[in-house]
Amino acid sequence: MKDALVLVERFNAHPDSRCWHVAWNPTATLLASCGGDRAIRIWGKEGDSWKCLSVLQDGHQRTVRRVAWSPCGTYLASASFDATTCIWKKKNDDFECLTTLEGHENEVKCVTWAPSGNLLATCSRDKSVWVWEVDEEDEYECVTVINSHTQDVKHVVWHPTLELLASASYDNNICVYKEEDDDWECKATLEGHTSTVWSLTFDPSGQRMASCSDDRTVKIWKCQNIEGPGDMSWKCVCTLSGFHGRTVYDIAWCRLTGALVTACGDDGVRVFKEDLAADPDQPVFSLAAHVSKAHSQDVNCVAWNPKEAGLLASCSDNGEIALWRYQEDHE
Amino acid sequence: MVGHKSAFMLENANPLIFQRSGARLLTSSDEDEDVHDPIDDREIFDILYLHLIRSINDPEHPLSLEELNVVEQDRVQVNDADSTVGIEFTPTIPHCSMATLIGLSIKVKLLRSLPHRFKIDVHITPGTHASEDAVNKQLADKERVAAALENSQLLEVVNQCLSTKSP
Repeated sequence: MKDALVLVERFNAHPDSRCWHVAWNPTATLLASCGGDRAIRIWGKEGDSWKCLSVLQDGHQRTVRRVAWSPCGTYLASASFDATTCIWKKKNDDFECLTTLEGHENEVKCVTWAPSGNLLATCSRDKSVWVWEVDEEDEYECVTVINSHTQDVKHVVWHPTLELLASASYDNNICVYKEEDDDWECKATLEGHTSTVWSLTFDPSGQRMASCSDDRTVKIWKCQNIEGPGDMSWKCVCTLSGFHGRTVYDIAWCRLTGALVTACGDDGVRVFKEDLAADPDQPVFSLAAHVSKAHSQDVNCVAWNPKEAGLLASCSDNGEIALWRYQEDHE
Repeated sequence: MVGHKSAFMLENANPLIFQRSGARLLTSSDEDEDVHDPIDDREIFDILYLHLIRSINDPEHPLSLEELNVVEQDRVQVNDADSTVGIEFTPTIPHCSMATLIGLSIKVKLLRSLPHRFKIDVHITPGTHASEDAVNKQLADKERVAAALENSQLLEVVNQCLSTKSP
């Protein structure tokens, strides 16, 4: 390993609780975090360090599992074990709860905005994926409920440019959906992981997807006909095994550098780099940097800063957020 | 909760009964505060034995989980240096409907008793339960465990399993 991950800052974000997720806003001026204390915290940089600017406390009755910024950065969506999703609107430095999306039968595990900002997707332990449409008056309407998984749906993510949605599940599979004739349909089921798939991320071009799992592996999937009509054909072109000691909870592909980072239940954060000389149909990824005790407990989430190449946020079961700088060819 | 306990027992009216192991003898180094005392399998077993196994009893049958051989010290693996604890528990019958609850109670007891650095894996002893894989997968999923423990009814059941009764 020639590269390094250098700790920039570490702070206690959700004291005596678990920090489940952390998300940068599109301009990378703010970080939102959420956790087992039912709160959402907004962090901003003041001077050299990150300070808590606001605490959003009255939205949820149970754990807040995930937060997601809208592409414009004005809205924040939060998904909770209380079966609801809240939409918050930023007004100057304050956040106001605009609406609460209800419908899932139990824990909402993930929420994500489409690149256009007009669609939102949520998923739940109730095995379903919901797509919501947003109009100009900030009204949200559920346009479809998809039941393609046989177990909890852990994660949903939109394609970076197309209106295409992917989900990961406790049933070990990944489903990819497209809208056809006003209806959302599952166009591909990706089988290969041998346990729960926890997270998914698209590469910067949108041609490939990486998944991470309780089976302690990462898989890279490639699609040949992503834009064509009909069923899609996704193929697993690479499996990274032997690197992770426990469940891999999260994975993120950097849009700026192309590096892949993982969050693991063995407390480690790992960065993988692609060998660009390799055959595109048989890509090769190598471990470029690894911090084995990045946190004192499980790492739940990793997020690349969307503006500053190599800056990374991670969060843990111990309630902390850490910021790291990924330095290539560090000597 | 009595209903749950009874349901658990009535599934197997004539269980095999095993000898309890004796209480651990304290050595002089156990009482010496200056000696680093690594967490070992016997300590984990004692935590479970004193606070859980002994307390999951049926009022009609004064049997503990140890006497039913649900948890044995041989099936506790601890590595203090690596901060890992692995436990296999053995349901009394292959269709025991309490298996998930027993596993969850064992997991919660250890999460509350051990330093946070420990990774705790609770499994069913291989080959002893009809839904072994499904129960193991559920117990290993920390998101499901976290959500289950926010369910006040379920938490109450777990806490009742964990409440120490006077011996």
